Amino acid sequence: MWLYAARRLLMTIPIGLGVTIICFALIYLAPGDPVQSLLPPDATAKDIAELKHAYGLDKPIPIQYVIWLGHALTGNLGRSIQTNQPVLDEVTRALANTIPIAVISVVLAFVLALGLGILAATRVGGVLDRVSTAIAVIGISVPQFWLGVILVIVFAVELGWLPATGMGSAGSDHFSWFRWSESKYAIMPIIALTMTPLGILMRTTRSSIAEMLALDFIQTLRAKGLGSTAIVVHAIRNALPQIMAMLGLQLGYLIGGSILVETVFTWPGTGFLLNKAILTRDIPLLQGTILVLAMAFVLINLFVDLLQTSVDPRIKRT
Amino acid sequence: MSKDSHMVLERPADRGGRAQPMLIAQGMKRYFPIRGGVLNRRVGEVKAVDGISFTVLKGETLGVVGESGCGKSTLARLLMHLLAMDEGEVIFDGDPVGQLHGLSLRDLRRNLQMVFQDSYSSLNPRLPVEDSIAYAPRVHGVGRTEARRAARDLLQRVGLRPEYFGGRYPHELSGGQKQRVNIARALALNPRMLILDEAVSALDKSVEAQVLNLLGQLKREFNLTYMFISHDLHVVQYISDRVMVMYLGQVVELGPVDQIYTAPRHPYTIALLECRLAVDPANRIETPPLVGDPPNPINPPSGCRFRTRCPHAESICEQRMPLLGEWNGDPANHLVACHMAKPGSGHSLAGYGMAVH
Amino acid sequence: MSDISLIGTPAAESPGREAPAATRVRGYWGNVWQRLRYDYVTLFFLLLILLIVLSAIFAPLLAPFDPNKASMAHRLKPLFFRTNYLGTDEQGRDVLSRILYGGRTSLLMGIVPVVVATIVGGLFGVVAGYAGGRVNTVIMRCMDVFFAFPSVLLAVAISGSLGGGMVNQLITLTVVLTPPLCRVAETSTSQIRSMDFVDAARASGASTISILLNHVLVNAISPVLVYASTLVSASILLASGLSFLGLGVSPPTPDWGLMLSTLRQAIYVQPIVCAMPGVAILVTSIAFNLVSDGLRQAMDVKA
Repeated sequence: MWLYAARRLLMTIPIGLGVTIICFALIYLAPGDPVQSLLPPDATAKDIAELKHAYGLDKPIPIQYVIWLGHALTGNLGRSIQTNQPVLDEVTRALANTIPIAVISVVLAFVLALGLGILAATRVGGVLDRVSTAIAVIGISVPQFWLGVILVIVFAVELGWLPATGMGSAGSDHFSWFRWSESKYAIMPIIALTMTPLGILMRTTRSSIAEMLALDFIQTLRAKGLGSTAIVVHAIRNALPQIMAMLGLQLGYLIGGSILVETVFTWPGTGFLLNKAILTRDIPLLQGTILVLAMAFVLINLFVDLLQTSVDPRIKRT
Repeated sequence: MSKDSHMVLERPADRGGRAQPMLIAQGMKRYFPIRGGVLNRRVGEVKAVDGISFTVLKGETLGVVGESGCGKSTLARLLMHLLAMDEGEVIFDGDPVGQLHGLSLRDLRRNLQMVFQDSYSSLNPRLPVEDSIAYAPRVHGVGRTEARRAARDLLQRVGLRPEYFGGRYPHELSGGQKQRVNIARALALNPRMLILDEAVSALDKSVEAQVLNLLGQLKREFNLTYMFISHDLHVVQYISDRVMVMYLGQVVELGPVDQIYTAPRHPYTIALLECRLAVDPANRIETPPLVGDPPNPINPPSGCRFRTRCPHAESICEQRMPLLGEWNGDPANHLVACHMAKPGSGHSLAGYGMAVH
Repeated sequence: MSDISLIGTPAAESPGREAPAATRVRGYWGNVWQRLRYDYVTLFFLLLILLIVLSAIFAPLLAPFDPNKASMAHRLKPLFFRTNYLGTDEQGRDVLSRILYGGRTSLLMGIVPVVVATIVGGLFGVVAGYAGGRVNTVIMRCMDVFFAFPSVLLAVAISGSLGGGMVNQLITLTVVLTPPLCRVAETSTSQIRSMDFVDAARASGASTISILLNHVLVNAISPVLVYASTLVSASILLASGLSFLGLGVSPPTPDWGLMLSTLRQAIYVQPIVCAMPGVAILVTSIAFNLVSDGLRQAMDVKA
């Protein structure tokens, strides 16, 4: 098993490198010279050349990449052009705001999906099955940002129960999960984030469990006289690795793809940071955020893969 | 009576003459790498085919028997050049295949075709069977209507009414019907030799008999040479002129069918034949003739590969691999790869001949 | 030849009876259609999609107003305000007309990237699946690097770097959708490659192109097409998300995502009107999802 883990880790390195290359190459996609955005329009050629040299932009591209990679590996992702803060600090602060809501959303989606999915799988074709299928379809079809807007309309504008935007009444630094006046800001973002994973997990759960229940070994268990609850538990235990894998994946998607919901709710997480970086063309911040998020996704995938392998005896471990 | 006048493609000419063997295989080897370890390196090899040489005479049926994993199917694919060989040479009707002055692969295809086992994947599920049959002629330049007409003609020859079956899809045919289509497809290029790889293994017994009879019929009609691969001893006995016995990637015995079946000389062949169940309940087998599993093809035993299961194994068997010997060209020649059969090999029973039960 | 009794000849058993007429059996797609015919849910939503597409194409004829005609006097009017059936937006433009015209952009953004990605990704996938070995490893490892990004992040990253505009958005979406399609095509092709009939085709001396066109593609393509149909909805969602962030078409072009973004400021005034573009996205997305589901079910059963 450990051999497999080592091999898997080794395979991650080239992918990680590829990710860094893409992150690095992104700025070269941008139209115009990256330096132009930093200077006033009347800058002389000498000023431009000086700045280029200061940023190391006058060296050939592969060298720039290696230097940048070296810096990144030691945690130096440069400084944000806007705030002049180290990028790593900004990103980690934002990540600390995104991870809690992402985790809660995924767990919530999982619990609901598991419950409804199991009920639906055991009563295939019944009313509950159709209803939960409908919920699943809506879950994967609904635009997250629109759902956010609807939630704001219903709960903030019309009913006035929940605050529309922001993280905490006095900024994110004063946020606390334990005080209602603060944590209520997190409710709608979490609901908005939950819908898509809910839809996907429901489908996965339903199909995994239904698939399991149709297998021959279930018939054997039934023939031996096992009660239906126990059978369902058996089926769930076997389907769990698949579902857990999807769970991990969805967590990764939420952390990496939270930009839409965070923009609607002005939630100062990594997504919001990303948006800000794009709007202000803050290249170091943009690069740094994308790199950190992509790496997080890669690591989550790795973790999920290893978890699934250790739990599922069918997967070859040489 | 030759039916070639109805075939859309001409049968390739006989270049070597009657004495020239149809197919000579020399030193065929194919190993499959196994990857493992942290860096996915090659940690071992499955020696699927390890030094096989034999000859197929014109107009005969050479049966090839062996258990699962002995390399029969790999051998078939190597001969058909569907799989690359690590070592070895194939000489078809006197011309070496794939070499500058020999037979090109395309010409080999015109001469040598294969009938596959009837599995769900032997026919393209999206093509009506007549199009599957017509494909090969079209590849070789025949027009669409001509090829279809020829395909229908072939369906007729294998016993399927073309109007009824031509437009059908494989999933609408029974096993026996699909196998007839497989045979028709193999005949579409009017070849001179067919390799049949487990051609009747997936069929019910009654259907199997029909298809075997059909094969015999077609052989006479088209003047074909067959190489018939199977794990079923009865079938091989029924259809073959000569038989080749394979074990773990090597040939252990080769000879005329009646000699192999009534006077086998290799301990493996003997044991294999004893495994056949008799229909007479008075004739029960008390102890299994062959015990244990075949050894790992990744690490075959040194020397003779059968020695771990052979009741007559001695130290010489561990030291030196017994060779099959050179075939003298006579169809009645009976070769055995066993130290006991060669006088002076060092085995205590060498040269005394095998006592048959 | 008289020895071989012909199967399928009733005349062999009872001479004198008429032989059955020639039967050309229904092919694969015929079977699929047969199953779809009775799937009323899928058919309904297929019709809905057709309506949506037609309404987008004929927007100039259907729209009651010019989508770009602003009117400061009639800003943010509610639903059914005179002839503005869906109200007006923050610049006084008719929302219904803008939604109809916006459908053009959104549908384009949904369908074109999927089509291009299917062709490009499918090509790479088939080559990788059929060739195997080194070629396969190289292609799939490259795709794996793209898989290392969550799709929204990748879309935002590429789009954010390229800049806004419709062409850039199309490019972004195509790049994001190509790796998954490549992977599906590769898996499908590898499976087909290992089947005996491909070996039989090779044994007949056919060229690789001929084998691919006649035998491999026709079998390998259906999972790819089904998967592609499921991606249309995702593409529409991604596209509108990008527009919402300002990375898509620029104003005043009507686009559902962009409309949601600009209307967002007005939710305290006319909440229902502001929600309308999202309803359009939702309905379109649901329709495509359900139709692709139905298609998948109809094609899944072993014919």
